[in-house]
Amino acid sequence: MKKINFKLASQSLCAVILGTSMLNAHAVTPIENWQQPNGTSIWLASSMGIPMVDVHVEFDMGKRRDPEDKMGLSSLAASLASKGVSAWKDQAALDEAALGDAWADLGAEFNIGADDDSFAFALRSLTYPDVLPKSIALAAHQIAAPAFDPLIAQREIEKTIAAIKEAETQPGYVAGVAYAQAVFGKHPYGHVTTEASLKALTIDDLKQFYKTKLNPCHAKVSIVGALTHEQADQMVTQLLEGLQVAGQTSCPTLADLPDPAKLTEAVNKDIKFDSAQAQIMIGQPAMKRSDPDFFPILVGNHILGGSGLVSRLSEQVREKRGLTYSIDSYFAARQSVGEFTIALQTRPDQAQQAVDLSMQVLKDFVEKGPTEEELKAAKANLIGGFPLRIDSNRNLLNNIANIARNGLPLNYLDTWTQQIDAVTSEDIRRAFAAKLQPDKMVTVILGAQAAK
Amino acid sequence: MRKRVLCACFLAWSANIQVYAEQATTMNPQAAPATLDASQAALAERLFTLKNGMQLIVKPDHRAPTAVHMLWLRVGAMEEVSGTTGVAHVLEHMMFKGTPTVKTGEFSRQVAGLGGQDNAFTTDDYTAYYQQIPKDKLEEVMKLQADSFVNNQWPDEEFKRELEVVKEERRMRTDDQPRSLLYEQLMAITYNVHPYRNPVIGWMNDLDNLTADDARSFYKQWYNPLNAAVVIAGDVKPEEALALAEKYYGNLATHPVKALKPALEPQQLGVKRIEVKAPADQAYLLMAFKVPQLRNVEQPTDSDWDALALTVLSAILDGNDGSRFERTLINNEQRIADSASTSNGMYGRGPQLFFVEGVPANGKTIADLETALRGQIKRVAEEGVTEAELNRVKTQWIASEIYQRDSVFSQANTLGALWAIGLPLDTQDKLIEMLRKITAEQVKEVAKKYFGDDQLTVAVLNPQPRDPNAKPRTPPAGLRH
Repeated sequence: MKKINFKLASQSLCAVILGTSMLNAHAVTPIENWQQPNGTSIWLASSMGIPMVDVHVEFDMGKRRDPEDKMGLSSLAASLASKGVSAWKDQAALDEAALGDAWADLGAEFNIGADDDSFAFALRSLTYPDVLPKSIALAAHQIAAPAFDPLIAQREIEKTIAAIKEAETQPGYVAGVAYAQAVFGKHPYGHVTTEASLKALTIDDLKQFYKTKLNPCHAKVSIVGALTHEQADQMVTQLLEGLQVAGQTSCPTLADLPDPAKLTEAVNKDIKFDSAQAQIMIGQPAMKRSDPDFFPILVGNHILGGSGLVSRLSEQVREKRGLTYSIDSYFAARQSVGEFTIALQTRPDQAQQAVDLSMQVLKDFVEKGPTEEELKAAKANLIGGFPLRIDSNRNLLNNIANIARNGLPLNYLDTWTQQIDAVTSEDIRRAFAAKLQPDKMVTVILGAQAAK
Repeated sequence: MRKRVLCACFLAWSANIQVYAEQATTMNPQAAPATLDASQAALAERLFTLKNGMQLIVKPDHRAPTAVHMLWLRVGAMEEVSGTTGVAHVLEHMMFKGTPTVKTGEFSRQVAGLGGQDNAFTTDDYTAYYQQIPKDKLEEVMKLQADSFVNNQWPDEEFKRELEVVKEERRMRTDDQPRSLLYEQLMAITYNVHPYRNPVIGWMNDLDNLTADDARSFYKQWYNPLNAAVVIAGDVKPEEALALAEKYYGNLATHPVKALKPALEPQQLGVKRIEVKAPADQAYLLMAFKVPQLRNVEQPTDSDWDALALTVLSAILDGNDGSRFERTLINNEQRIADSASTSNGMYGRGPQLFFVEGVPANGKTIADLETALRGQIKRVAEEGVTEAELNRVKTQWIASEIYQRDSVFSQANTLGALWAIGLPLDTQDKLIEMLRKITAEQVKEVAKKYFGDDQLTVAVLNPQPRDPNAKPRTPPAGLRH
């Protein structure tokens, strides 16, 4: 043990990355779903084993909805909303230090985050009667009245700019930026925070975003922990009290958004860089979460590069040839079309060899699909390992938030293994051929040297 | 700055894990712990000694039908001798390369077929292998792991290939990470003698010259049931786990464990300072103070109390917007640092360090930062800490122990680490009992006692621009084979 654990802030939930994320849950823990009068939807799995609760409140207000001239808005709003609160109801204002102390005094954690698809609040608290009411009240205060102090905003922006300059000297970051921009073009998924994009945002933008975009009728609340239905319902009412929109008669519909454009030709980016390893990223826009081929892609990617050391890519590139320590592939199954990516690092003089080999493995898989033996092994792992995906409150919360975000049925977790089992090798071959065009992918190679 | 933990596979894993057993029902940090009732006692961890002397630790948790099975060895980079640094970790990779009855790569494939996930990790102090599985697959993974433990065998070709994988791992984790390079260099001068001076991943030249027989002889010498423990946590009954462990591990041949030379570090006689030039934009400061190691929680001595008080000090100094570094160095108007934090080692098989690190804010120098960081510790030494600060740390610590119960893996991991370090399995409970008694005066005293110049190493990252036309810094592989 090092430092005490509470420094590990609770993780925010991210887009479903096939092959690595938790996609399913408990047949034994029933999930309840109901709607409050103001439209807020709640998903609850009561789990009484430990006196704690995790709450995840999510809005479809992530990066993909940032306005074109205000890119990074949701993300900056999230990071600054944690820096102090104004007075609200009978509660006094707290500066950032006092707010930090208040959370520490409760032994509770509260995080605000934004990612590609969502803006979210996350609370983790003990459920002891001398703790939980205070945690809920403090979270409600913070949700209702972030201070958005201009001096603090300026400081945080300066720090972020310095951190970006630092990151720009590091190979993984530089490769990742080039890759995101080549794959997504002008689509918000490809936006990378820069000094200019930060400076285009004002305090009023942040306040306006917060006031108008976080509508309680769009809130999706996932809860796992030692609470009953009534306690959970009451807690959510209290938590979101400060977000009420006056005079709202119906819930506004969120606009459909365009997907990233498909690539029309191969894009090769060979970037000079002096580093101990070349960074390699290969991929393209590929699939959204609502795609009916979700399960064939999940199982197929598990075989291709989503299952650690036993995947095809790992077998060929690492185990048989020792070219890399880390290689994997994933489909980012987001609300809009997300990317398929193969990523690896290797000694600079081996870069081209590793790219050629990875492409060969990919092309072969897209063309022929998996063998029956591979399919059987993947199903055995996914189906047999199902209980591991739901064996903690944290894992269960990830699964429930996935159901909430994607409008999946409440029995999604009960049918998950059947959905896996129904996938055929022909389904996988067809789905991969439809989603992936290996001759029209982005290939970023950063820091390569001529082969020895 | 935490000690390096290396994994055979690249899945993210955190070393920062503890176990619970605290049974309080309120958050009052001064309250005495409630006594265990019968149902809670059934969930307590149990320690067994198998027929051949190997140890077994079982921690039941029946919330879900899963289990984790771990094999722990009290062997890490500490056991390496000159010229073969990195061998403990390379061997950990080779342990997945087969036995006479399980072919190369089959181990992980079989675990996957059982619905499981497997991995392993190596630190200075220990090496561990684990599988997370549905509970009804426990016997099958025990059989696989016990076979791998005593029958590991592979051709030289496999070793050569895997060594290249490990060198890629070194390039990824250290050579391309300026702050990791700085940490590596700091450890190398902080200790003149103690093996903590060497990186777990190994020096590149040692890896270049490592042979298959180096790994085999390390394996023969140290992979011994008397130097190992099995940890099982999850939906298991202790008696059933014991029966299985006897069947698969209890008959394995043993040999006497060779004692490690103490390699005690000679007294440091003054501050040590180094600079590392590496590609970066921001400068970075890392300081390490030699501090006591917690050895006894049953009858703690003054130095054991100091080890704990240093961890409390660390938690008061940084970690959230209300902490001292954040208030006075990072978030205030005349800000000195873009980031700053501390960590106290507290326990391990060898000597421990208290780290203080930071990135200077734009326009501030490393010297400004060093003065300011040490100034904050000095302030504690002179003025002490408030009761509110102290209680806040106690509250957070107790809460974090409860949150840790959510992960069965964390529970198994903490028990294994405590066993390997040689601390009792109820150390976390004992620490909480001690923590409740820690006073502001004790925190003030450790701030006064351990932060002078003489036991300090200061390492500075001097950021350099990258030259896109420079020759690669890594020599081509095969040069030395």
